[in-house]
Amino acid sequence: MKLRATIAAAFLLGLCLCADAQQLPAHNALEPAGVQAAEIHQLWRLTLLICSAVFAAVLAAFLYAIWRAPHSAQQAPADVSSLAHPEPRLQRRITLAVLAAAALLLVLVLADFLTARRLAHLPLKDAVQIEVTGHMWWWGARYLDDDPSKLFDTANEVHVPVGRPVILQLSSADVIHSFWAPSLHGKKDLIPGRTALLQFRVDKPGLYRGQCAEFCGFEHALMAFTVIADAPAQYEAWLAAQRAPAPAPVSAQQQHGQAVFMRSTCAMCHAISGTDAGARLGPDLTHLASRSTLASGALPNNRQQLAAWILDPQRFKKGANMPATPLSSADLDALLSYLETLK
Amino acid sequence: MKKPLLCMLTLAACLSACYREERPTPPPPAPPQLAAQSAARLSDIEPGAPRPPAALPNKYEENAYALSQGKSLFRKFNCSGCHSQGGGGMGPALMDDKWIYGSEPANIYATIIEGRPNGMPAFGGHLTNEQVWQLVAYVRSMSGQVREDAASSRSDEFQTAPPEGRREKATPKNAADAAAAPRG
Repeated sequence: MKLRATIAAAFLLGLCLCADAQQLPAHNALEPAGVQAAEIHQLWRLTLLICSAVFAAVLAAFLYAIWRAPHSAQQAPADVSSLAHPEPRLQRRITLAVLAAAALLLVLVLADFLTARRLAHLPLKDAVQIEVTGHMWWWGARYLDDDPSKLFDTANEVHVPVGRPVILQLSSADVIHSFWAPSLHGKKDLIPGRTALLQFRVDKPGLYRGQCAEFCGFEHALMAFTVIADAPAQYEAWLAAQRAPAPAPVSAQQQHGQAVFMRSTCAMCHAISGTDAGARLGPDLTHLASRSTLASGALPNNRQQLAAWILDPQRFKKGANMPATPLSSADLDALLSYLETLK
Repeated sequence: MKKPLLCMLTLAACLSACYREERPTPPPPAPPQLAAQSAARLSDIEPGAPRPPAALPNKYEENAYALSQGKSLFRKFNCSGCHSQGGGGMGPALMDDKWIYGSEPANIYATIIEGRPNGMPAFGGHLTNEQVWQLVAYVRSMSGQVREDAASSRSDEFQTAPPEGRREKATPKNAADAAAAPRG
């Protein structure tokens, strides 16, 4: 009976994990999608190989010692005279073991050094520059351009072109965060008051999950992001769409929704380009409907979840800075209709 | 053997009663109702006998989390743009012993919600009730009106004034200030 319950629970847990996986691809450092992640993966494999071999050798020696004790011909008490008369054979073995350990460690140090060198030598010609800011608990991304009119902000989803280097300028708005997309590169800490640089290149198109990797408060676990690697043409199309201001509401309901947005608490923290809302405390909502998740990967982006999130964010992300917004059902409906037009 | 257990139980009881540290915040006080709002009056002229000033306690003034949220909102919503860090600039100072529109929580609530002449915008509708009460608590802490162990003791930014928790409690210069007499 107990066993059956356990199996059922495990099955349910599996279902939950599958459902979660549908929402965002699981992140996996063992499936590198860029040159640098591949280098890190190679170093990891070498380390695993050497450490496994050493572990196996130590275990074998240990098991042999256990096996030998009862089978040994010498059942005499332990010889403690060796301090005065060192045993040459034992000394030689210990020296050999120390030398082998030092050599293996040196191999690891050397491999680490060479990997770090190769990581730093990514060619950066024609790189995409993105300013990424960590907030409690979401990610802001600003796409930089020499032409200021082409600057735009987005949040929690970073699109990058395949095969082109990307330079992330990482900074924090509050506490220490850490940017980690395991399939693309190692971790990089975001220290308040400093700008950290992270350079990487994605070679395979796809969705890559990332996560804040430095404990940053209540909802650290729900501070995910997605890096989306597009083919160059697709990326250019996305850029053009994101640079455009939000479309003006068309229907009466959408116009009412925009009015609700402007007169309620929304406009105090969020920005929608092309409108009067220009606050930078929360994520930029100019193209909210083009994103696949809400609340930094915590919820899928659909009408029901968006409604629930607006009414009571604390239910999903306790401690988040967004306050609950009590709206009448007509106002909420109109607001949702307006937000859905922000493609 | 029993003594340490007793000590621990007492400590646990103390901690559980620690409203000062409660988080996330308890439900905010209700917005001042019509009666309280009319008591948060803005003029000396009044029919009948003068009424006592509005006594609508703000429970957030005893909660360290609400006070620190208020402090953070004060900067985020750009109150500091006019009032600076409390010393005043374009807007009046908030850390001194003068109250143009009354020193009671209900007065400050009304000031934030309704706005005031000469530049104070009306934030009604743009802030949640909870946020307004957090701001009210923080604004009162600037002149030392709240419990000093609940008021903020540090700032994220450089500040020349002593922290809110170490300020002398300012008392209204004259009785008319406390009961909100408009001037100038």
